[in-house]
Amino acid sequence: MSFPWANEYKPSHPTMVWLDERLPLPRFVYNAIGAGYPVPRNLNYMWNFGVLAGFCLVIQIVTGIVLAMHYAANTDVAFASTEHIMRDVNWGWLLRYAHSNGASAFFVVVYAHIFRGFYFGSYKAPREMLWLLGVVIFLLMMATAFMGYVLPWGQMSYWGAQVITGLFSAIPLVGNSLHTWLLGGFAPDQAALNRFFSLHFLLPFVILGVVILHIWALHIPGSTNPTGVEVKTESDTVPFHPYYTAKDGFGLAVFLFLYCAMVFFFPNALGHPDNYIPANPMQTPAHIVPEWYFWPYYAILRAFTQDFLFIPAKLMGVLAMFSSILVWFLLPWLDRSPVRSGHYRPVFKKFYWLLVADVVVLGYCGGSPAAEPYVMISQLAALYYFLHFFVILPVVSSLEKPLPLPFSITEAVLGSDDAASLTAAE
Amino acid sequence: MRRRDFIYIAATGAAGVGAAAALVPLISQMSPSADVLAEASTEIDISAIQPGQAIKAVFRKQPLFVRNLTPKEIAEADAVPVASLRDPQTLEQRTKPGKTNWLITMGVCTHLGCVPLGTAEGENKGEFGGYFCPCHGSQYDTAARIRKGPAPRNLEVPPYEFTSDTVVKIG
Repeated sequence: MSFPWANEYKPSHPTMVWLDERLPLPRFVYNAIGAGYPVPRNLNYMWNFGVLAGFCLVIQIVTGIVLAMHYAANTDVAFASTEHIMRDVNWGWLLRYAHSNGASAFFVVVYAHIFRGFYFGSYKAPREMLWLLGVVIFLLMMATAFMGYVLPWGQMSYWGAQVITGLFSAIPLVGNSLHTWLLGGFAPDQAALNRFFSLHFLLPFVILGVVILHIWALHIPGSTNPTGVEVKTESDTVPFHPYYTAKDGFGLAVFLFLYCAMVFFFPNALGHPDNYIPANPMQTPAHIVPEWYFWPYYAILRAFTQDFLFIPAKLMGVLAMFSSILVWFLLPWLDRSPVRSGHYRPVFKKFYWLLVADVVVLGYCGGSPAAEPYVMISQLAALYYFLHFFVILPVVSSLEKPLPLPFSITEAVLGSDDAASLTAAE
Repeated sequence: MRRRDFIYIAATGAAGVGAAAALVPLISQMSPSADVLAEASTEIDISAIQPGQAIKAVFRKQPLFVRNLTPKEIAEADAVPVASLRDPQTLEQRTKPGKTNWLITMGVCTHLGCVPLGTAEGENKGEFGGYFCPCHGSQYDTAARIRKGPAPRNLEVPPYEFTSDTVVKIG
């Protein structure tokens, strides 16, 4: 579906006409990301991150496939083959650094994309499916990133695998069997490494599939915009191409500038030196932390140190950690405000920034050792995190008096509106 | 029932059973393979371990702690009211009769599987003088029982027997 004023695909070359009648793939692309897709005219730079996330996925798939040509998923040689890529393979260092920093870049971009959604109420009707698919993509990304991190079979790889698969052993009754089943053994070993490699190769393509569904779901209502007011007339929109291809192109250039700076000048800044030590099942590194993009969840996991009612601390931690993301699935129904954009919600806006600060604090604690004061700060921050979603958001959304909304996107952009003409037309 | 309904239910039912049957090998292949399961038992010579010392051995590719408790450590472990423990067990239940000074446990934290510290000289043994897990701060006492932190259970005691006064067969 699209707006009735969307440009129509009109192939001029006979070959394209011939193709359009048999397989209208160019028409599909034209309507999806070309001049045939009308987009609100007022999108700001926060709307660049969807395209950037798609670009990161492409970086990861392309560099990942070539890395797989040189990597061997065997516990005896996995570490050595990673070093072989770094030292012997032509441009191997670049490909691996591009891939490992690409994962971080992907998460930076996706976090910006998600928090854009939080602020501008992108999850609200009629875009719930779009949002839910986005959360699915994020969960798949987390699984993919985790399994990728295990592949070099360094100390952090090994102990990361041990700890993260250990989460499943917290499940009552079936936990230990499930844990053994996932690993194909009693501790991470050959079976685990091999299956992680297989799944790490598969999942990006699953993500690609869900991304296509995500874009499909986007195109039914069309993009939201900073005012949160839906598109009313043609004057509210511009064609995606050339307007947003150009804007996204500029954003992409800025992104690539920063990404390349990381890859070329600080390739190990986000990594851990311990992962350049081969995996040793007999020795846990003194300070074991996941990659930075998992720190907030890790802090929530560690925040539970006491048994609560009949639930062991370990299970509580695991449940809370998974819930911290699963709660996003409920977001469209927890926030009941009819106003979409945070711009027009003065109270919500304050709590939004508190949530951002809270997640930063959780992240900081998650990257710190499991000692005081970080444990207590994590506990308070984790409590606030859930308070935000389950109490603050529903309460604020029902009590808050929003600011007056502009009549239309055009009015928001131009100040004066064609409101009169639109009313006359109705 | 109409003939057509019967055929419809029978056909989809048979296809469903077939699909479910096809899942069995696909799921089962993930479980530990025969070579992983082949139960290796390990013999450990404990004659060199002095009271107060501990060693880290390997059992089923996982760390195993063998600790020779001092009388003071045994007394500390016995002094704890069992009912106050998260995973109530006495030191006697965790060791062999007449060999209460030999504490043999897996070196795998029951929280998320890290190797606790406390076997080697100078390592952090935690507040209770046993083992300390650096990953998430679980603390075990001198009977390797969980006392503080997120771990739900005491360090696991593997099946073992003394084949002589100085040799233990694990597994």
